[in-house]
Amino acid sequence: MSGLGPVIPGAPAGAPVLEIRGVTKSYGDQDVLKGINLTVGEHEAVALIGASGSGKSTLLRCIDLLEEIGDGDIFLDGEPITVPGLNPVPIRRKLGLVFQSFNLFPHMRVIDNVVLGAVRGQKVPAAEAREAGLKLLARFGLESRARDYPDRLSGGQQQRVAIARAMLTRPRALLLDEVTSALDPELVGEVLELIRELKLEGMTMILATHEMSFARDVADQVCFLEDGRIVEQGPPEQILSAPREAATQRFLSRLIDANRL
Amino acid sequence: MSTQHTLTTREDRAQARRRRTRRHIAIAGTSTVVVLGGLAARIVTARGWPSVRRTFFSAHRFSQAFGGILSGFWLDVRLFLIVEVCVLALALLIALIRTFDIPALFPLKLLCIVFVDVMRGIPTILLVYLVGFSVPALNLKGLPNNEVVLGGAALAMCYSAYVSEVFRAGLMSIHPSQGAAALALGLSPAQALRAVIVPQAVRRVAPPLLNDFIALQKDVALVSILGPQEAFRVAQIFQDQYFNFTPLLGAAALYLCVTIPMTRFVDHLQARTLRARGPSFALGPR
Repeated sequence: MSGLGPVIPGAPAGAPVLEIRGVTKSYGDQDVLKGINLTVGEHEAVALIGASGSGKSTLLRCIDLLEEIGDGDIFLDGEPITVPGLNPVPIRRKLGLVFQSFNLFPHMRVIDNVVLGAVRGQKVPAAEAREAGLKLLARFGLESRARDYPDRLSGGQQQRVAIARAMLTRPRALLLDEVTSALDPELVGEVLELIRELKLEGMTMILATHEMSFARDVADQVCFLEDGRIVEQGPPEQILSAPREAATQRFLSRLIDANRL
Repeated sequence: MSTQHTLTTREDRAQARRRRTRRHIAIAGTSTVVVLGGLAARIVTARGWPSVRRTFFSAHRFSQAFGGILSGFWLDVRLFLIVEVCVLALALLIALIRTFDIPALFPLKLLCIVFVDVMRGIPTILLVYLVGFSVPALNLKGLPNNEVVLGGAALAMCYSAYVSEVFRAGLMSIHPSQGAAALALGLSPAQALRAVIVPQAVRRVAPPLLNDFIALQKDVALVSILGPQEAFRVAQIFQDQYFNFTPLLGAAALYLCVTIPMTRFVDHLQARTLRARGPSFALGPR
């Protein structure tokens, strides 16, 4: 993987990359997260599954400090990151977030989208960032689109650019928020393939997803969320094939009925 | 025309289309010549025409006044350009302060709201008059008393209020997910504004922005009430002297020389935005 500058030092051996303890979040009087506990180790991939509105996206946004949590703590490499008054900007640089709707910047070329975080956020010299960006785009099969504007690309290409953008500065963990949900079915594969590769390289990731077979394939742990709580958590074979909780069973059987499993 | 069931060829259809196009051009051309020519003939043969021509289209008066009007117009153009730059900067600042909640800037935000309300509510001519005559009357050291500077300042105040609302609409039209994406990349809120939100907002409001430029280009003439010899003022002096309105039409023509190309440019820009980004871009991102 081509990267930039020094690699962010890893956690002390054995410490989890991300640790989420009793995190709550509410919008007004609506409780979206009701006490989430989750530990993500180095090189681990955790899949969050559950119906829309169960809190998967909110959890990812809370981890990336785009939302202020109500209660609890989040630790990144053993350091608390949700302390009130802490500047979120340098912490966000250690995490990569990819959105369901890509959220590329339409007024910038693909390459400028990819290097923006490095150049503006981390003050990497433009030429160096550009070289690394082009290398990364080439790896993702997108070098010929570097000078295009995002709206000239297919949805799958746009999402791969978004992943490149999040990856350029070598985040400690990649947060993937239903990254294939906005894609046409025939474009889903290319994006999943890319994520699978990143996982094989040892990227730590949390992915909210509706793609059960993908979760089974890539994840080391699957968490089933319902109504702001992790109802059941375990290795994918167990959660997806032999769930213990009635809620998980209901959710999976609905997916089977809808031919999604 | 064959009565047999031969298939219409592509060439047949193309020929028919060409015939139709030619016919349409011929009809439009003829009717234009007839209507406009008739109108012109009617006007020129009217009983009052010689007097109209003397009063409005006198070649003699025109050549006599034109040099003065042109140099007056040069003052208009320079004033317009300087005021426009001030307006853009001030308006963007006001729009940013009003759109985003920064606790330390709260009093400034209140001031901006009052400023925009007041400036938009006062007739421009009153504001120009007020600033232009009241500031020198104060006799304060450090304040300018040049009437062009004061008139320009009044125009800048008035137009900043309008243009700030245009910018504000643009800023609010950018989907919050764009800001979230910028923050997620590790940009500070200020960097996100500069690199992601403001450039998109400005692009999106370019056509209404240019509309306000055109209005300002005309309103520069209001400075004439303070005395500077700009195009309208020069033309008016000639008109007073000779009771001939030709110089005023000359000044009007000069304004049109600038405003019509600008209008066409706005149209072009608008069309290009729609073409390049598709209708979805005009309605919002995603």
